[in-house]
Amino acid sequence: MATVSEAGGFGDDRLPSLDRLRWALGLVVPALLVVVWHLLVATGVFASHQLPAPLTVVETLYRMAVAGELAGHVSVTVQRVFFGVLFGAAVGVAFGTLTGVSGLASDLLDPLFQSGKNIPSLAWVPLFLLWFGIGEVAKVTLIAVGAFFPVYLNLSTGIRNVDEDLLEVVEVYDLGRIESLRRVVLPAVLPNLLVGLRGGVGLAWMFVVAAELIAASQGLGFLMSDGRVMSRPDIIVGSILLFAFFGNLSDLLVKGVHDRVVDW
Amino acid sequence: MSSTGDAGAAEEGTTRGESPLLGVSGLGKAYGDTVALRDVDLSVADGEFVSVVGPSGCGKSTLLRVLSGLEETFDGRATVAGADVREEGSDRVGMVFQEPRLLPWATVRENVSVGLPAEVDPDTEGARERVDGLLDQVDLGDFADARPGELSGGMAQRVSLARGLAYEPAVLLLDEPFSALDALTKREQQDHLLDVWDDRDATVVLVTHDVAEAAYLSDRVVVLGGQPGTVERVVDIGAERPRDRTDEALLDARETITDALGV
Repeated sequence: MATVSEAGGFGDDRLPSLDRLRWALGLVVPALLVVVWHLLVATGVFASHQLPAPLTVVETLYRMAVAGELAGHVSVTVQRVFFGVLFGAAVGVAFGTLTGVSGLASDLLDPLFQSGKNIPSLAWVPLFLLWFGIGEVAKVTLIAVGAFFPVYLNLSTGIRNVDEDLLEVVEVYDLGRIESLRRVVLPAVLPNLLVGLRGGVGLAWMFVVAAELIAASQGLGFLMSDGRVMSRPDIIVGSILLFAFFGNLSDLLVKGVHDRVVDW
Repeated sequence: MSSTGDAGAAEEGTTRGESPLLGVSGLGKAYGDTVALRDVDLSVADGEFVSVVGPSGCGKSTLLRVLSGLEETFDGRATVAGADVREEGSDRVGMVFQEPRLLPWATVRENVSVGLPAEVDPDTEGARERVDGLLDQVDLGDFADARPGELSGGMAQRVSLARGLAYEPAVLLLDEPFSALDALTKREQQDHLLDVWDDRDATVVLVTHDVAEAAYLSDRVVVLGGQPGTVERVVDIGAERPRDRTDEALLDARETITDALGV
């Protein structure tokens, strides 16, 4: 056993170039799928009015991009996600801190939020339409609801679970409430906050689809439902790919911030 | 009840008519139904180095927790410079825990500045110089900007010691600070602690289960024992400083302590 693992270790040391290319391995299967997809459409297994060929999708997206149509949809959706996350995370930080610091607040509010997180995103849509109409407020609020829960839950638990050993240090050295929050509790829960934010951004993308599918005249979700109405599968698949792309991009962004900030 | 007699005799021997810097009398502490300490007396004079030894579970650490103000309730009296440790008394006490307990995200310098007294603003030049001076004293001058994750166990424990010193406590408490270190590092750290104690005329109460360590470092060794823990015996270490680890007097003291532990 020992020799096997040693040999493995040796290999890793000697071939750093392979290690550096490791991320590219993740592209192999998707690339194969695209090839299979192309073959299935080209050989007529799928009718092209149901599933367009990959190149058709790319062509459609390209044409819409050149016409300037795409940028509008993308920027509207990205803005909704951005503001939704901003408001949802802000409220999540406020309540997460409150319930994390105060046992009373936690007893009062946490059960409510814990059960609220299980309500599916689509269930809110009719109510928000009724309250806020079909404007931006309804959509941003819906996304904010999605982004709120992961931020709230992670932060609240994080604050309650700050290492007891460190809190004793704080007590022995009489740091005081404000100082101990600033120098110990906040840095200690920063990783929780960023993990929550990452989850919040993920949910925000789910909620934006819900919002835009139902009531919107612009945005990627609208583009999708428009594609269905006009029987344009290339637009639908293109929108899905764009959601995948921007969803991943925002996730990588938050992860990048996390890795930069949480560097200990 | 030979223990009370011994403790009483020790008290007479060390208080020398003045009130002790740290005084404990009739201390008892229970966690629920479990009694950890019973009827403990202890007094430590200014500048003294006192060790508390005893087997695991005899309440050594509990004693330090009481003295550092981490326990709200207990029986008897515990004072530092005349003030009850449940009130201002614990403000005069610094503690080095068994584990370094450093903030992993903060630099060594920031970690030490956690110990600075509340009235000192850690961002001022003066505070910075003070912290850097302490880091020099514990031989970590070159590591001021390192993170705890980059330090060895012995180094991390020295940061913890510097943090305790930054507080400028009337009494510095150490809870088995060297128990996780290898034998060689442990010796280095012990000598280090002695240097610092000597330089700063500090008053130290060290809890340990290492009899040799207690004898080598201390003016006096308090042997705790029993369940619940109580003072079994107080041993004065007469050996002259600087000490040699193989000094006859130290070996005799170790013998006496070991006997008192009933091992």
